[in-house]
Amino acid sequence: MIELVSTSRCTECGLCVRVCPTNVFDDHDGLPVIARQHDCQTCYICEVYCPVDALYVAPYGDQAVTVDEDALAADGTLGSWRAAIGWGRKRVTLAALDTTPFIDRILPSQPALPAEEIAFILAAPAKEPAEA
Amino acid sequence: MRDEAELRLQADVLVIGGGPAGAWAAWNAARAGARVVLAEKGYLGSSGATAPGGTNLLYLPPDAALREAAVQQRMEGGGQLSEARWIHRVLDQVYESLQLVEAWGYPFRRDEHGVPLRDHLQGPEYLKLMRKAVHRAGVRILDQSPALELLVDEHGVGGARGLSRLDGRRWEVRAGAVVIATGGCAFLSKGLGCNVLTGEGLLMAAETGAELSGMEFSRAYAPSAAFGTNTRGRTLGWASYYDQHGKVLHAGGPRSRDFLAKALLQGPVYAVLDKADTPEKRAILRRAHAIFFLPLERAGIDPFTQPFPLTLRYEGTLRGTGGLRLTSDDCATSVPGLYAAGDAATRERVCGGLSGGGAYNASWAICSGSWAGHGAALHALDAPRERRLRPAGGAGLRPVQGSAPIDSAALVAAVQSQVLPLEINYFRSEAGLRQALGAVDALWPEAGGLPDTRTPQAALRAREAAAMVAASRWIFNAALGRKETRASHTLAEYPELDPAQRHRLIVSGLERIALRTEPVPA
Ligand SMILES: Cc1cc2nc3c(=O)[nH]c(=O)nc-3n(C[C@H](O)[C@H](O)[C@H](O)COP(=O)(O)OP(=O)(O)OC[C@H]3O[C@@H](n4cnc5c(N)ncnc54)[C@H](O)[C@@H]3O)c2cc1C
Ligand code: SF4
Ligand code: SF4
Repeated sequence: MIELVSTSRCTECGLCVRVCPTNVFDDHDGLPVIARQHDCQTCYICEVYCPVDALYVAPYGDQAVTVDEDALAADGTLGSWRAAIGWGRKRVTLAALDTTPFIDRILPSQPALPAEEIAFILAAPAKEPAEA
Repeated sequence: MRDEAELRLQADVLVIGGGPAGAWAAWNAARAGARVVLAEKGYLGSSGATAPGGTNLLYLPPDAALREAAVQQRMEGGGQLSEARWIHRVLDQVYESLQLVEAWGYPFRRDEHGVPLRDHLQGPEYLKLMRKAVHRAGVRILDQSPALELLVDEHGVGGARGLSRLDGRRWEVRAGAVVIATGGCAFLSKGLGCNVLTGEGLLMAAETGAELSGMEFSRAYAPSAAFGTNTRGRTLGWASYYDQHGKVLHAGGPRSRDFLAKALLQGPVYAVLDKADTPEKRAILRRAHAIFFLPLERAGIDPFTQPFPLTLRYEGTLRGTGGLRLTSDDCATSVPGLYAAGDAATRERVCGGLSGGGAYNASWAICSGSWAGHGAALHALDAPRERRLRPAGGAGLRPVQGSAPIDSAALVAAVQSQVLPLEINYFRSEAGLRQALGAVDALWPEAGGLPDTRTPQAALRAREAAAMVAASRWIFNAALGRKETRASHTLAEYPELDPAQRHRLIVSGLERIALRTEPVPA
């Protein structure tokens, strides 16, 4: 469930209040407040949208836990999911790196892949395709 | 809260729901020249079953032999309840639509020969693009604006009413046609992205007389870490399974369909992804289904070497195949002016009685959305201008005179106690289902009580609770009506497929639920 809105990082852009599918946040004069934590569906999407990595969703779906913002910041957890999705400046999106179309080649029953093939699957695209 | 709407809009087409099906419906309706409003409970881009993770698609190049083989395979898997013509329509349409997605900027991977591999979409990226496309097409998007009820008159459906969760404002949209794209009903079981999927679209439609089909095929449960919510489980194909003493329950390779359900009734089950036995394989899996690893790693577990406990989460109609009955190629329902798309519609025409593996649902959402949007736009052109519309909402919205307040939390818990247990809804027996049906039938009068309308959240939850009660009654009625084992439906007393029951089961009604059969078109 959502456990943290970092008031020191939050720029009060209002995005998380708008995008949360289950309407967990209330807007208190610009600042998002976790008003209905138990409605959180632990989908992590607010973290993807937050431009300044101010949110943290703990992995526990039913149980609230206490979190330590400094520790989450120090070990790079804050913002890690947005980074994995590849949103934000100068990042390559997960969509562009997606290896899903290839996973049938590494099924447990398949023989090991040659190194070139693995390198091809894991290669980053030269550049992001331009938007139409 | 007042009954009078504070935001009134006039449109040709109103789309309710902004997952893939709703987005494609809105885009296509707008392209056909309609003025379109899309009302979404959450946010078009982040909401629904696709958004947080992603989906594999059924997508085949236009190779006749490949496609014919896929069609035959699906006819078989779906228990001979699907229609080859519709599967071909999906294969044709999805090929076109995914080219558009690529043109809009989706960076599909290519194989060694440069052929684009358009068979998987990462959810956040896909839906961000869809939002942009829908917006550019001129659609007015109402986010955080769940629809609560439809407007009807003698010509059929002509709009809807709802509220804004952000400020409690009531809205009313009058439209020549309405597309229901509210997704499946997953009973707040906390599958990934699924707690917005509570069945109001089905309830609203049924209140105007729409029929449902295939509700008996609501028997899917998806594995997730026991503490977590991620129900994208493909990565478990690289797992071995253990009990709490470390004894091997299953040493990898394909699991039998019942394996996890049976094992979980015996005791805790743990998985380790030890079949991903090289750093390269691990890296490939991480970049495929990244969301699978997120909760585990945040809980301090290395899933490749450390066991993690599993549970099964009920998916309701979601990775089932039932929903609003369709009566035409453009996804009209049995009520004039009302169309249905995606998981809110029956998927039997393409999936028969089995969805999941084979990835038809995501492709179906694209195709049915496209057809419904186009059909709704054409219908709206001919819709009468003068309407005498009245709101059609009942349970959870308009109380029966003098009824008691609804305790929404208690009502939801009571429905869940009947639909979620594996013992009732997975290991189905006539006796068990009868008892469950009795229990949920008894909840229906409560759902018709006085809703708490002090906050928009409370008002919405009362309506969601009523919708879940209704959906559970349709599911159990239909499941009892199919006295055989076919595709995803089973009944302990009737373990065999009965060739005489190769028909669809249609349910309708709320106070009294009617059940009839319909032949499968050749
Ligand atoms: C974890 C997971 C993995 C999946 N993987 C695959 C896969 O690999 N391949 C595949 O084919 N399928 C897959 N599916 C299924 C696929 O995600 C769905 O079939 C698809 O999302 C259906 O699209 P939809 O637009 O009909 O519904 P959804 O995407 O669920 O969207 C429905 C929308 O309606 C909104 N809504 C609900 N009620 C209201 C209301 N009252 N008013 C306004 N809006 C409302 C919701 O907020 C939601 O945004 C998966 C599902 C899950 C949960
Ligand atoms: S994890 Fe999902 S449901 Fe929870 S607060 Fe974030 S966006 Fe909302
Ligand atoms: S998205 Fe981030 S920056 Fe914007 S309001 Fe929410 S927490 Fe603050």
